[in-house]
Order: sequence, then structure tokens, then C-alpha cells
Amino acid sequence: MKRIRQFACVLLLVVTVASLGASVFAPANYATQFRDELPNAAPSRSHWLGTDDLGRDRFSRVLYGTRVSLLLAPAAALLSTLLAALIGALAGYLGGTWEKIAMTGADLFLSLPWLFLLLMVRAMLPLNVSAFTSVTVTFFLLGLLGWAASARVVCSGAKAIRNSDFVLLARASGVSRARLLLRHVLPNLKPVLLAQFWISIPIFILSEANLGILGLGVAEPLPSWGSLLRELESYANFSNEYWRLVPLVLLVITVTSFQLILSRDEVSA
Amino acid sequence: MLKLCLRHLFRIAVTLLLGGLLAATLIRFAPGFDTDEQQMDSRLSAESIQALRQQRAAQKNVLKFYAAFLSAAVRGDFGKSETLDRPVRELIAERLPVTLKLMAYGLVVGWSLALLFAVTATMARITAWDLATTALAGLFLCIPSAVLALAFVFIRAPGYLALGLIVFSHVFRYWRNLLDKSYAMPHIVTARAKGLGTVRILLWHVLPVSGAQLLAVAGVSVSIALGATIPVEALCGIPGIGELAWQAALGRDLSLLVTLTLLVTVVTLVANTASDVLGQAFRTQRA
Repeated sequence: MKRIRQFACVLLLVVTVASLGASVFAPANYATQFRDELPNAAPSRSHWLGTDDLGRDRFSRVLYGTRVSLLLAPAAALLSTLLAALIGALAGYLGGTWEKIAMTGADLFLSLPWLFLLLMVRAMLPLNVSAFTSVTVTFFLLGLLGWAASARVVCSGAKAIRNSDFVLLARASGVSRARLLLRHVLPNLKPVLLAQFWISIPIFILSEANLGILGLGVAEPLPSWGSLLRELESYANFSNEYWRLVPLVLLVITVTSFQLILSRDEVSA
Repeated sequence: MLKLCLRHLFRIAVTLLLGGLLAATLIRFAPGFDTDEQQMDSRLSAESIQALRQQRAAQKNVLKFYAAFLSAAVRGDFGKSETLDRPVRELIAERLPVTLKLMAYGLVVGWSLALLFAVTATMARITAWDLATTALAGLFLCIPSAVLALAFVFIRAPGYLALGLIVFSHVFRYWRNLLDKSYAMPHIVTARAKGLGTVRILLWHVLPVSGAQLLAVAGVSVSIALGATIPVEALCGIPGIGELAWQAALGRDLSLLVTLTLLVTVVTLVANTASDVLGQAFRTQRA
């Protein structure tokens, strides 16, 4: 299993490096249309994965799209983990009414199916929104709405730390509540927070992909895994063109790699 | 038990009210609430566009909108869908049975697969089978549900099978772990050592121990299935609640979206409460 995890790490690293160096590795810009050639062209020397409906180089779009998803999903995960840390740690540490209020809020978010909530808010974006705004808002919403499950875990972790001997000793020594929370509780929650951060990344990648396929993801011409996978809707007409599946294969490889690496992190957390 | 049920009912009512308010607030403060696709229709006169703007302005105050919505809802009036130009109540009555049927089939397929694979992997203890089932569930977990739905459209398979695979991938790992823990318990090890049959061990010793937790996971999976109905129905062309939510989202239909959110919250809460109460009954019976 250790070897498989190492292999997953290497795969993830390769995908990340390739996407970060998109401007170097990609033969064209993601929005450049090659009008002198036919759209939906087959792979060739100049277009390794062919071109899309609008005559844009698919390989370049896959690289840029991977960069968008791989950079912004961790950003969204960071936001949701920070929210979960703030709400969960405070609720767990303060306990009583605060904990009840915070956990009712978390229950409320958890009782609304994730995709329904996301679909609802994402649909309210302005119609003339720019690609940059759409991508920022999509991932911001993912981060903003995805804190509840993590907050529950953080809250129970904070409760366990609150009742531990060293916190009791610190309180008896007259350490203030704020200092206790910042210097004793939060640093000890680091493994839990890290695990929650890593768990959130594949969830957000998949959520963005689902939104993209449903036409509510990142706006054109900016590519992301979700918008690239939208091409699959017409895959029945091109079922022998396997190169169209590359974004899906890349997404599955990345998410699987995260899951494999996570299985160790979860244990160590 | 009555006290427990009443407490759960109170929790459902409070969560429902807050859920509706949350939905209305999120929609109201989402950027672009003021813009409407209809306002870009060149065939509309300036007066019509002004009327549309006034209609939106009336919904600007979240609390006022929500209070009006609730008082009308008590009378059974959930408003009218702006995009489909039909009463929301009528739309829901038409589509809810379709979604419930899809979910029921999907959950049965998902739970059956998960239970079958989890039980056989735990009992058989064959490494290859264990790895194969874990890898299969892991693979479906890594594929976006919308892609899975599309795949089932291409192979012309019914949508509930896609939903079943989504549920299976989420439930399998938890059930597998729960059964694993139960099988490692001393009394079950003793039962196995004494030569008790595998079916008897499963039915008499394992399921009574882990039944409540298995039920809790099953309750949570209802919410997963409900969320997955959006891509499955939208892409497989099933006219249910998920497809309606998708259409409402594309059409920015506020009253329809709030009603659907409330409906979805009710279904999720009822499923979670039912699994909770059943689990409690299970534990009480064992004690």
C-alpha cells in the first residue's frame, strides 16, 4: 500500500507541475481559435488532443483547465477549513449554548443536499459575468458552503482538548480564554484541520465538475475540468474519439490520488 | 419513545424554518439577484421591463418575502413558477412521485450492492476480493455523478442504476468498516471459533451489534441520493424534482427554488430522523 501511495504522490506531482507550467508546455493559449483548420479536428502534430467545437487546441485547454481546478479547489478547501476551524473550535471550546447554536447551524447546512444549495446560489450569478468572476465565485461558494461537516469534526476535537489535563492546568494558572484557544487548543487541532483540508479538495474538484457539466460552472472561454467535461454530452456522436476522454481520465487520476494519499493522512490524524 | 419522536418533530420544524430562511437569504444576497434574463428580451417594452424590475424589488426584503411565502404556504399556496408559468404546488405534485420512485429504486440498488460486497468482503477475507470491491467503490467515488449519469444515458441504461452506483460508492466504505469492527469483537471471534455458520453469525451476532450504525449510514445516504438526483434527472431526461431544481436554477426562479429547498430539507430530515428512531428502537430492543 505504501508503494501505491508513493505512486499516487508522484502522479499528483506530475499533474500539478504540468498544469502549473501550462503557459510553458501548452502549444497555444486556451482561448486561441485555429480558424484555418476544421473544428473538432483529430489529434495531429500541432494539436496533440485535436481541437474542440470552436477550433481551440484541446491539449492546451486541458492543461489550463487542470491548473484552474488544481489551484482553486485547494483555495476553496482552505476557506472552508478556516471557517470550520473558527466555528468548530469556538463551539467546542466554549461549549454550552454556543456549541448548540453552532452545531444547529452545521446541521442546517448538512440537511440541505450540497448540490441543491450550490446550484441554487450559483444560478443567481449575473448573466453577463466575466470568466474570472465566475471561476472565483464558483470556488468561493464551494468554500463558503462546505464548512459544516468539517466544523463538526473540529468541534468534537476541540471538546476533547478542552477537557484535557494540560488545558485544565493552563486555566488554573490564569491563562486567558483567547490565549488558551490560540496557543493551546488550535495548535493541537492542526492534524484534524489538515485532514479536513485534504479531504475537502477532491470533494470540491468533483463538485465543480458536476456544476460544470450542468452548465453552472466556470464561464467560457476559461477552461476548468467541469467545463471541459461538458464536451462529453455530445460524446455519443464521437464515441470512437477516445482522446475526448482525457479530461475525465485526468480528473479520475487526480481524485483517486488524493483519496489514496488521504487514507494515510486520516489514519495519522 | 414518544418524547424522542416529539423532540425530533420539533427539530425538523425548526430546521425547516431556518433552512427556508437560509435559502431565501442566500438567493437574495447572491450577486446578480437583480438581473433577469427576461429583461434582455428585446421584444419587451420599457413598461414590461419596469414591471419585471418592480416584481424583483418586492422580493428584495428577505424577511418580508419569507413571511409572505410562509403565510401563503400554510394555505397550501407555494406561489407560481416564473419560468414555467405554472403553480409550484402543481409542479411538485407532478414531479415528486417520479423522484421518490427513482430514489427508492436507486437506494435499493445501492444498499443491496453495498451490503452484498461489504458482507462478502468481511466474511470471505479473500484479499483479492477485498481489494476488488474497495477499488470498485473507490473508482465510482472518484467519478463525478454527472459523468456517471451521462455514461448511463449512452449505454441506454435506466437512471436509477446510476443513482444506485453513486449511493453504493458512498455507503460501501462505512458499512465495510462497521462490519469489520463487529467481526473483530471477542464474542464473534468466539462464535467463529466454536464453528457457528457464517449466516448465523451474521444474522444473530453481527447485525444486532452494528444494525443501528448501519441504519444511520443508510439515513445519510438518502441525502446523498437526493443530491445526485439533480445530475441524474437533468442528464437522463427524467422529469423529477432534481430536473425541476436545475431548470429553476437556470431560470433564476426564486419562489420555486425556495419551495424545492424546503421540500428537499423535509425529505432529508425525515430520512435522518427515521433512521435515528429506528436505530434507537434497535438499541432499546437489544438492551
